[in-house]
Amino acid sequence: MKISEQWLRELVPHTLNVNDLSHQLTMAGLEVDAIEPVAGAFENVVVGEIIDAQPHPDADKLRVCKVTVGSGESLQIVCGAPNARVGLKAPVALVGAVLPGDFSIKASKLRGVESEGMLCAEAELGLSESSDGLMELATDAPIGESLRRYLSLEDHSIEIGLTPNRADCLSALGIAREISVLTGVTQSDMPALSVTENSDAAIRVLVTAGSQCAVYAARVVEGLDNTGPTPVWMTERLRRSGIRCKDPLVDVTNYVMLELGQPMHAFDADKVVGAITVRTAGASESMTLLDGKLINLPEGALLITDEEGPIAFAGVMGGQRTAISATTTAVVLESAFFAPHALAGQARKLGMHTDASHRFERGVDFALAERALDRATGLLISLTGGHAGPVSVVRHDDQLPSRDLVKLNARALQRALGVAIESKEVDHILNGLGLDTQATPEGWICSVPSWRFDIAIEADLIEEVARIYGYNKLPVSQIYAALDMPIKPETATPASRIRRYLAARDLREVITYSFIEPKLAEAFGDMASAVVLRNPISEDLSVMRSSLVPGLVAVAHTNSSRQQSRVRIFELGLAFEGTDGYLQTPKVALLIGGRAEPERVGNRSATVDFFDLKGEVEALLRHFGIHEVSYASAEVKGFHPGQTASISVGGAIVGHLGQVHPSVQKALGLSQPVFAAEMNRSVLSCGSVPSFTPVSKYPEVRRDVAVVVDQNLPVATLVECAKDALGALHKEAFVFDVYTGQGVSEGLKSVAIGLTLADQSRTLSESDVSEAMAQVIESLKKTCNAELR
Amino acid sequence: MEELKQISADAEAAINAVSGLADLEQMRVDYLGKKGALTAVLKGLSQLPPDQRPAAGALVNEVKAHLQTLINERKVTLETIALEQKLSAEAVDVTAPGRGQGTGGLHPVSVTIDRIEALFSAMGFASVEGPEIEDDYHNFTALNIPESHPARAMHDTFYVDATHVLRTHTSPVQVRVMESQEPPLRIICPGRVYRCDSDLTHTPMFHQVEGLLIDEQSSFADLKGLIEVFLQRFFEKDLEVRFRPSYFPFTEPSAEVDIQCVHCSGSGCRVCSQTGWLEVMGCGMVHPAVFEGTQIDAQRFSGFAFGMGVERLAMLRYGVTDLRLFFDNDLRFLAQFR
Repeated sequence: MKISEQWLRELVPHTLNVNDLSHQLTMAGLEVDAIEPVAGAFENVVVGEIIDAQPHPDADKLRVCKVTVGSGESLQIVCGAPNARVGLKAPVALVGAVLPGDFSIKASKLRGVESEGMLCAEAELGLSESSDGLMELATDAPIGESLRRYLSLEDHSIEIGLTPNRADCLSALGIAREISVLTGVTQSDMPALSVTENSDAAIRVLVTAGSQCAVYAARVVEGLDNTGPTPVWMTERLRRSGIRCKDPLVDVTNYVMLELGQPMHAFDADKVVGAITVRTAGASESMTLLDGKLINLPEGALLITDEEGPIAFAGVMGGQRTAISATTTAVVLESAFFAPHALAGQARKLGMHTDASHRFERGVDFALAERALDRATGLLISLTGGHAGPVSVVRHDDQLPSRDLVKLNARALQRALGVAIESKEVDHILNGLGLDTQATPEGWICSVPSWRFDIAIEADLIEEVARIYGYNKLPVSQIYAALDMPIKPETATPASRIRRYLAARDLREVITYSFIEPKLAEAFGDMASAVVLRNPISEDLSVMRSSLVPGLVAVAHTNSSRQQSRVRIFELGLAFEGTDGYLQTPKVALLIGGRAEPERVGNRSATVDFFDLKGEVEALLRHFGIHEVSYASAEVKGFHPGQTASISVGGAIVGHLGQVHPSVQKALGLSQPVFAAEMNRSVLSCGSVPSFTPVSKYPEVRRDVAVVVDQNLPVATLVECAKDALGALHKEAFVFDVYTGQGVSEGLKSVAIGLTLADQSRTLSESDVSEAMAQVIESLKKTCNAELR
Repeated sequence: MEELKQISADAEAAINAVSGLADLEQMRVDYLGKKGALTAVLKGLSQLPPDQRPAAGALVNEVKAHLQTLINERKVTLETIALEQKLSAEAVDVTAPGRGQGTGGLHPVSVTIDRIEALFSAMGFASVEGPEIEDDYHNFTALNIPESHPARAMHDTFYVDATHVLRTHTSPVQVRVMESQEPPLRIICPGRVYRCDSDLTHTPMFHQVEGLLIDEQSSFADLKGLIEVFLQRFFEKDLEVRFRPSYFPFTEPSAEVDIQCVHCSGSGCRVCSQTGWLEVMGCGMVHPAVFEGTQIDAQRFSGFAFGMGVERLAMLRYGVTDLRLFFDNDLRFLAQFR
C-alpha cells in the first residue's frame, strides 16, 4: 500500500516528519518498506504553453517550438517529442534549471537552431519510471507557475507492507485512523456527501447469492462526459499510490477505493442489458474480461450478470462487453460487499490478482458500500457532469459478517503482557481504533467496527492494546520453571554426534536439496514408488529423493568440475518413498572419490577403492557400539554389481555400500570412480551399553594359518569357521593376507589368517595350542574345502 | 720394569687413538685379557727375586687399573660420538607435512543449528524432529490457517498430493508436540522447510528452528526476555533487540524481531539497507485456536512460539553474502567452516 504523506497529513494534521511518522507506523505493525520523494530533485521548472511549432529545417524528428512561460518574451525551444503541439501545456526547464541527475539546462544550438530551455517528460523530472512524450499538463494549469508548487511536489510516497489481517489499512482513511490513535491528533472531517438525485434512470438488481454478497448497491449516472481531464490533485494522489490515470470515470472509482477502501466498478449503462443479477457461476461458463482475456469461470465463482450473461467476475475484474470508454455517457456505478470467503483463492486460481480482489479477499468494510457510492457519484458529477439516479440496493443483513461483543479481562491483559496498563489508556487505544468499550467489573466489553475483520476474541484485543501501547515499552522478564533432568538414553545417538564423528574422519558435510532430477532418481531408485512434486520449481528439482546417494554423486560432479577431485562427503537427512502413505526415513550417507589420502609427501598416492569405504563404514558402526554387523555381496540399483555389499545388523539389512556403477558414473559425467554408502540413521542408536568382561591375566598366544581355497569363497566364511573351531579359546581372528598368482593354482587363492588364543583361567600349554590349531585346520578342510599351504 | 712402562705408554697412545668400539674391545683383550700383555708381565713376576715381587706386583696392578679406567672413559666417549652420529643421521625436515588424512567439517547450517540447540538446551528446551512431507492439517489448518485464509498465499507451497505438502515451516512440529505431550513444554524443532520460490534471496529449501514454550505462567514479557538473551548470546554481543507488531495466524500478539545490525552496529550500511536494523525472527503468544485442536487446557496454560531462519542467522554470523552458496556445496566454501 503506497500513499501520499501530504494526503495523510491532511486527514490527520500531525506534526511528525516523514521519518518519525514512518517509525511510529512500523512500530505499530504497519511496516514502512520505503519512503520515496514523489519527484526527483529539480528547480526552475515552470508551466509553459506551446504557442507555435514548426518543423526543424535540418531534422525530420525535431520541431522548433515557441513556448510562453508567462513573463517576458516567449522562448524558442527545440523539441523531439511526438506530442509537442500547439496548445499543449507542459513543464519547461528554464535556462539555469537543474534536473534530476545533476543535469543543467543551458542555452544551446540543436542542429544549428537556438534552443532556450527544455520541454520535459515525466521521467526527466523523476515523476515516473518512463514516459513516451512530453508531460501533458491540464489546460487550466497556470502558465509560469513553478511546477513543484503547482503539483505540490514537496511530498513523499510512503510504502507500507501490510500484513494480510490489516485490510482496514488499505485506504487513506484506514491509515489515518492509525496515525490518529498513535499521535493523539484528531482526524479531520471527511468531505460532506450530498448527491442530488435528479434522474429517474435506475438499474434493477437481484441478488441470488446473498451469502457471498450481503450488500449490492448500484446507481445510474447519465449525461456525463468522460473525455475531459481529471483534476491534477486527483491524478497526483493516484500517481503517488502507483495507480495509472486513465479517464475521469476510472480515476474516480480508483480514487474512492484509495480514499475509503471500497473497490468499485463502473459499467457502461448503455451496454448493460436488463437487470443486474448477482449469482454464482454454473458449470462451464466463460467471459471476456476488461483486459481482453477469455477465462473459463470456476464453478461457483461469484458473477455480476445481465440478461445476456456475465458482465463482471465479481470483486476481481469487469467484463469487456460492458466496459466504459471515452464515449461513455451513462454508467452503472457498483459498490458492493463481497464476502472474503467468496473471493478467497478465486482470482489466484486463474493467476489473477487485482487491487479489488486483494481488498475483498481480506475484507472490505461492509458498512461502506452506500457511502462510497455517494462519494463516487459526487466526485464523478463534479468532473464529468451528468445526473444521478436513485440507488438500487439489495441487502442481506443476516449474511453480514458477525461482529459479536468481545470481552477483555483486565487480569488476562496483565497476565499476557506482564504489566498492568491503566484502564484510561486501554480505553483511549480501543476507542481510537473505533471500538466502543463498556467498562465491567472484570474489564471491558467491546464492540468491533465493521472494518475490522481480525478482532473476534480476547487475544485480538490484547494484541491491539499491546501494539498501540508499544511492544518495546512492555517489560522484559526471565523465565522461571521447575528444573527437571531429561531422560538421556546412553545408546541414543543424536545427529549432531554422527556429524561430529564423520567430520573428524576427514569427511565434509554437505546439504543437498531433498528434490532431485528425475534422471538421477531413476539411476538409483524405483520411479514407481517415488514421490513426485505436483508443482516443482523446475523439472530438475521434481522428485523427492529415495536415497541420499544421488545428491552426493551430484556434489562430487560439481566439485570435480571445479578441480576438486578428492571428494569425501556425507549428508544426513530424510529419504522419501511413496509407499504406505509417505515413508520418510532418516538416513546417513557418505561418498568418497579420488585420492585415498591428500597429496602430500609420504602419503598413499592410490585412489580410493571399496575397502577404503568399507573401513569408514566399519569404523562408524564400531564407534557407536554396533558390533553384530555382517556384509554380503548385494545388487543395488546404480551400484557396481561386483563391488557392492549389503550391511546387516542383527540379521536385518540396514544399508549398503559400494562403487557407483561405472555406467552411471559415466552418464553423470564423473571422470573417476566414486564409492558411496548409505544406512538408516536409526541403526546408529541401536548399540548396546558396554558390559564389562574381565581381562585375562594369562598370556595370549598368536598363531597364523595359511590355506588355499576356492577363489570365490568369502574370507569371512574362513574366519567364522576358524572362530567356531577355537570355541572359548578364540580371542581374535582376522585375515592378514590374500594371495593369488604364482604358486597358487588357477581358480584358487591363498588366505592367511592370524589367530589369537587365550584362556581366562590358565596359561595355555604348547599342547593345548597345537591341539586347538589342529582342530582349526581340520575344520577349515572340512567346511571350506581348504588345503593347508 | 722398563718393559712395563713401555707397555703402559703404548697402550695409552693406542686407546686414545682408537675410533671404534670394537677396536677398543680388542685393545682391552690385547692388554688386559688372559693372554694380554699385562697378564704376561704379571706372569713374569715369578722370575723376580721374592723381595721385589710385591712392589712389582703392585705396580703392574696399578698400570692395569689405570688402563682399565682409560678404556672405560674412552668407551663412554666413543658411545657418545656414535649416538650423536646416529641422531644426526636420523634428523627429519620437521617442516614437511604430516602423514595421513586431512580434516573434515560440518556444514555452516549444521554448525548454526548446533549452536542454537546448545543455547536452548541449557534452558531446558528439548530438540524434536518432525516429518517433512506434512499433511495440510498440521501445516495449515491446525495452525489457524484454514483453506480460504489469505495467509496461505504467503506460503508458496509444494504439493505432493491434494492433501500433503512439503512443510512450509517447522511450526507443524509444534502442533504434533502439543497433541502428544503434556505441559509444561519447552521444545525447539530444527529442520528443513520448503517454499516454491527461487531467486537471489530465496532457495526452494531452507532451514528453520521453531521454538515453543507452554506453561501455567508465561507472558509476552517472558518471550521478549528469552528472545533478547538468545540473540545476544548467539551473536556474543550486547546488541539491541526490538519487537515490532506483525501477523502470524498461529500467534497473537505476534511480533517480528529486529536486531541492531551486526555489521554496522546500527549506524546504517548495505547489510541492513541503511536502516540500522535486521529482521531475524518471528514470534508471538500461541493463538487460542492452536490450543483448540489439542488436549491442553487453554484456560490453565498459555505459551509462546518463535521461529527463525537458520541460513539468515548463519549469513549474519559468518558474513556469508549469498544464500545460494549454502546449497551449492562447493568444497572450497564448506572448508571454511568447522
